[in-house]
Amino acid sequence: MTSRPERRSNRPALSLHVPEPDARPGESPDFSAIPIPAAGSAPRPPVDAAAADTHPLCYTLVRVLDQDGRAVGPWDPKLDPELLRRMLKEMVTVRVFDERMFRAQRQGKTSFYMKSLGEEAVAVAAAHALEAEDMCFPTYRQQGLLVARGYPLVAMMNQIYSNQGDPLKGRQLPIMYSDRARGFFSISGNLATQYPQAVGWAMASAIRGDSRIAAGWIGDGATAEGDFHNAVTFAGVYCAPVILNIVNNQWAISSFSGIAGAELTTFAARAIGYGIAGLRVDGNDALAVYAATRWAAERARSNLGPTLIELFTYRAEGHSTSDDPSGYRPKDAGAAWPLGDPITRLKEHLVGLGEWDDERHKALEEEAQAAVRQAQKEAEAKGTLGNGHYDDIDTLFEDVFADVPWHLAEQREQARAERKARGK
Amino acid sequence: MNMIEALNSAHDVMLGRDEAVVAFGEDAGYFGGVFRVTAGLQKKYGKTRVFDAPIAEGGIVGTAIGMALYGLKPVAEIQFADYIFPGFDQIFSEAGRIRYRTAGEWSVPMVIRSPYGGGIFGGQTHSQSPEAFFAHMPGIKTVIPSNPYDAKGLLIAAIEDPDPVLFFEPKRIYNGPFDGYYDRPVTPWARDPRAEVPEGHYTVPIGKAAVVREGEAVTVLAYGTMVHVALATAAVEGIDAEVIDLRTIVPLDIGTIEQSVKKTGRCVVLHEATRTAGFGAELSALVQERCFYHLEAPVVRVTGYDTPYPHSMEWDYFPGPARLGPALKAVLKD
Repeated sequence: MTSRPERRSNRPALSLHVPEPDARPGESPDFSAIPIPAAGSAPRPPVDAAAADTHPLCYTLVRVLDQDGRAVGPWDPKLDPELLRRMLKEMVTVRVFDERMFRAQRQGKTSFYMKSLGEEAVAVAAAHALEAEDMCFPTYRQQGLLVARGYPLVAMMNQIYSNQGDPLKGRQLPIMYSDRARGFFSISGNLATQYPQAVGWAMASAIRGDSRIAAGWIGDGATAEGDFHNAVTFAGVYCAPVILNIVNNQWAISSFSGIAGAELTTFAARAIGYGIAGLRVDGNDALAVYAATRWAAERARSNLGPTLIELFTYRAEGHSTSDDPSGYRPKDAGAAWPLGDPITRLKEHLVGLGEWDDERHKALEEEAQAAVRQAQKEAEAKGTLGNGHYDDIDTLFEDVFADVPWHLAEQREQARAERKARGK
Repeated sequence: MNMIEALNSAHDVMLGRDEAVVAFGEDAGYFGGVFRVTAGLQKKYGKTRVFDAPIAEGGIVGTAIGMALYGLKPVAEIQFADYIFPGFDQIFSEAGRIRYRTAGEWSVPMVIRSPYGGGIFGGQTHSQSPEAFFAHMPGIKTVIPSNPYDAKGLLIAAIEDPDPVLFFEPKRIYNGPFDGYYDRPVTPWARDPRAEVPEGHYTVPIGKAAVVREGEAVTVLAYGTMVHVALATAAVEGIDAEVIDLRTIVPLDIGTIEQSVKKTGRCVVLHEATRTAGFGAELSALVQERCFYHLEAPVVRVTGYDTPYPHSMEWDYFPGPARLGPALKAVLKD
């Protein structure tokens, strides 16, 4: 047994600091320590600014929509009302979709689901600021990219149900979509792996003299992964045309963002050490998300290098259907989030412009409900996980390699025989 | 050509034929790698086709995957196989599964090259043979050449392969065959017919073993440097051994193995890696499952020890003729 040396009495005892959030269950949500700069107060550097000129923006918040829903300041992207209404519609659709799929999981129709409640602007606004052919390397909670890029809701549900219409042949956990045609790369359960892949894709685009750029998304907790640092190193070194988004929704399952280092600095400030451009953005402000993404995209497209964007938001729901947030944070913390609800804020902005009203909003919500209900009906006609799931035994052995080698062919025979023996 | 020149030639052929091919890794660009496998290629093809990478194996593999997803054919060098583990998750959880998890929508046609194996006084962090970790992964092909001709043909085949391929290069035989008699002078490849390497394009198929010595008494299954140890030991001991160079361990050429063992009735498996759960265990199990009624003796494994690779006692660790010879005799005695 190792002997423990006695502490020297003339020196203070060392102590370990373990960060704790501002409030725990039974307490009132306390976001008072979060500084919220006024909308419009952050300067907008020119797209070709030196990376260092963006670094003060890593410690503030790029905000466009003020408390009254008005678009103010230099980051106002001055979007056409038609586009604003479209973004609103897609954000509402994502919320309705999430709610129905959450319930479907509770009804036993699938094994798992993850909502993006409160984070709808992060993906939907970014999708519109990118070009359709730009490549996305998302993590979970970016289903808004698919919705905004026109992926059929029924295909998303088929994937969630692992049913006979599942484009991924029943192999992926629900919400781990993939759609090459819409530039949405397959989601991995191992966190941060998509980040260096996004950089590699962007490097390849630059090697080939293409004009397409890549964007990656990661959560605040996953910034602690080695792949995060690998990705930002490579992106900076090779001046890769990539946008690296950190969705800081304050929680990695039950660990708050302080456990990933948020007490020490901002996540956007990670850009400073790597010498790349960085922005910290109000993630519940669709116009700010759009403006920052557009700025970063123009920069990448002009060979001016990568941008790291921290999207400051709040995960209003649990991590997933397997999580109970009442065990680690105050009830209704999401409702107390000082940056508000992204859908309400965009709606109020449109109302203020005279381009929207409560009646039209109610109609939009009903339309979204009907569309999602119809998609669910179609998807469930193809089966759910517990009833008519993806079940073609031969496909179990396909796509491991381009061709099926002898050992997999033998195992396929075994699987067929076992099914036959079970009378199937 | 020696093996380094052959591998360089494979890169040269493929970089010249296919604009999608790029090569990168730590020191792989301007200088051409610490073993000089990519020497001269940056000058010839430009620094966006052949370039140096940061010291971050996870980043090298992860960005190579991204390049392959784009449509390039990246050849990524990991400076020593011992350093591959920071990139392990990207290989195991990503490269090996992307085709499967996307139902064939995406694939990752990439090659990861890395010098592996001992016998160079590299100590415990420059001598390892990690092939079994990768053989255990679904979706990864693992190729290990034993001579310059195969090295070039297999590397070209790997670059043209639609699946991710790990290409382990036995660095002890980069410059000449090594038979495990460490106290004797080494013969350079220049005096070996397997060093006659054509200049242009040719392939050696992945998944096909070679019978490098025909025999009737016992089958020796080997790859990389160990092929030379097997050949030398059989000759010195005067044993009528059939030596099979596996060349690829996944997918394995089971037909050639089965045919040989059913003929000889005896089998010795030889590799440098540690014994427990090494690839020899898989080979031994396969032979037992498929050839049991033809076997005259138990299958024997001759391997490295289950310790890290030591620096000063390298030749005690190395599974050379001193360990293989007695094993062959013991198998033949039964």
